[in-house]
Amino acid sequence: MAAKTVTEERNVYFIEAMREGLRAMLGEDENVVIIGEDVGRSVIGATRGLVDDFGPMRVRNTPISEATFVGMCVGAAAVGLRPVVDLMVGSFFYVAMDQLADQAAKLRYMSGGQVNLPIVYFTATGPSGSAAAQHSENPHPMLMNVAGLKIVMPSTPYDAKGLMVSAIRDDNPVVYLQDFVLGGVRGPVPEETYSIPLGVGDIKRAGKDVTVVAIGAAVPKALRVANKLEAEGISVEVVDPRTLVPLDMDLILESVARTGRLVVVDNARLTCSAASEIVASVSEKGFDLLKAAPQRVAWENVPVPFSPPLEERALISDSDIDSAIRLTLA
Amino acid sequence: MTTTSALKDLSQDDAIMMLRNMIRIRRFEEKLSVLFKRGKLPGFVHLYTGEEAIAVGACSALRTDDRITSTHRGHGHLIAKGARVDRMMAELFGRVDGYCRGKGGSMHIVSFELGIIGTNGIVGGGIPIGTGSAWADRHLGRDNVTIVFFGDGASNQGVFFESMNIASVWGLPVIFVCENNGYTEWTPTSELTAGNIVDRAAPMGIPGEAVDGNDVVAMRFAVERAVERARKGEGPTLIEAKSYRWNGHNEGEEAFAGAYRPDEEQAAWRERDPILTFGERLVENEWLSRDEWAAIDSDEQAQIEAAVEFAENSPFPDAEEALDHLFAPSKERA
Repeated sequence: MAAKTVTEERNVYFIEAMREGLRAMLGEDENVVIIGEDVGRSVIGATRGLVDDFGPMRVRNTPISEATFVGMCVGAAAVGLRPVVDLMVGSFFYVAMDQLADQAAKLRYMSGGQVNLPIVYFTATGPSGSAAAQHSENPHPMLMNVAGLKIVMPSTPYDAKGLMVSAIRDDNPVVYLQDFVLGGVRGPVPEETYSIPLGVGDIKRAGKDVTVVAIGAAVPKALRVANKLEAEGISVEVVDPRTLVPLDMDLILESVARTGRLVVVDNARLTCSAASEIVASVSEKGFDLLKAAPQRVAWENVPVPFSPPLEERALISDSDIDSAIRLTLA
Repeated sequence: MTTTSALKDLSQDDAIMMLRNMIRIRRFEEKLSVLFKRGKLPGFVHLYTGEEAIAVGACSALRTDDRITSTHRGHGHLIAKGARVDRMMAELFGRVDGYCRGKGGSMHIVSFELGIIGTNGIVGGGIPIGTGSAWADRHLGRDNVTIVFFGDGASNQGVFFESMNIASVWGLPVIFVCENNGYTEWTPTSELTAGNIVDRAAPMGIPGEAVDGNDVVAMRFAVERAVERARKGEGPTLIEAKSYRWNGHNEGEEAFAGAYRPDEEQAAWRERDPILTFGERLVENEWLSRDEWAAIDSDEQAQIEAAVEFAENSPFPDAEEALDHLFAPSKERA
């Protein structure tokens, strides 16, 4: 720890960490370009200011034509660019679903591996408080099922930067989801460029009684609950897969082997959620490791409602996580 | 609409090559029709018979390193862009020597080395992709152009309007070639489509030109003009090529589609066979004798037979290849 006294630890907002990753990659490779609606001004913030340093051709505003600019990246990547797209809001993927799911995700496979498509589609996503049904989606469960898209969902500023670097350097279409509510979270982020490999999860908190796999914005919730339960003598391990495709099942199974209990917290609707996939996989591959039925904590199967009490009812809360953990210990 | 074309502006070699390519497409498609009826082809096929002049005229205005995106009815575009019929046939048979090792089939043949960014099973699906390759080429300072082929049906997809818009405001080197064969699947396009497709260029601020899609020379020069503008950085063009497909929307449609096109209409378009018309012009111009024409035809027929043999002798891919090619291998960088 002595070496750390040389420099103050940098505390950086999540959204700035993403921007540092974007800036580093724009600087590293001149074929990297960012496009999207208002990426110059950047309402959400990830690309703010980059146009000043890299110019309007490399940080380029598009018309509001999601299907077309999502698809243009396929052709552009096939002939040498490394496009990075800011979709702005997770629901907007649905506008572009053919170009994302039928074209970007499938062209490499359909062509028998003739081409690499280095594209990053990033967006702010998930509920942010009365944003209502069309601005609160988390599309990762649907996109996990497409085959051909890597999916990144970081939970800390440190991971946000390192995973952005890896996503842009990757030669495949990568969907990078930034939970809206994490944008203003601060955490330590090194100034230098570093990468975090896609497909390697991280144990955010070690524990011995229950494994809680948490995704994106569910990670800080799970940590909060874990810290509270510590006082009662319940030791919770929090595992953050960081990427959903590829998914670090080895890390999850290793953790379950230690604890014998599993709760998966997913910031998405329950049906066919990432939580469902993880619980099913652990049940198949690690049934004998389990001392209790695994639990899923996810949204109700409704669109995200507007009114605050309705929204609170439909989404996940700390007490949902708390109850699920206790259920595995009962 | 351009109805006459100047043969004299073509070289004799070019003209004969164009006739040969049209014949190659026709014979390839006719063979597929037979193979389909015999149950030799997995899946289904959409044939290009009758529309050969569009692909051949358009692609004859391109360089090898120019690019195309194509449609579900894409065999003609592939051949016109230089694809080998034996590897195409192997793909259609699902064999390992196919362009995509049997992964794609008729609607997903891709050859990046030939600038073929892909045929496409989604109507209109290739329009943004070709707009994107044009964007990348322009961004990277290259002078390549992209032709986006699509049908009259695709002209009613949102991505068509979106792509013309962005190509116009970004000045992209893309040529939108709409093949209007009169039918949106099984419904007359006139019942489904407002106005003239070519007129959709004007509100986007780009040139639009309607061309006789059965006249290969007219197609060649219309596209050549568009390519010239695109290479000079003067932006996109919309070309509406009016033609007719001789075969159905897909082979085997008679089992469910019924008769939806009048006999007289079909006969009238067959009278305007783009290959016979062009061949006769070459004969009249004394660039080609009838014997030479017949020799080209029999040579192409022989090549198609050889392609079938090549395909039949090519093995199926190892079943485990179903799990390959999803992702490019990751490479660690320092």
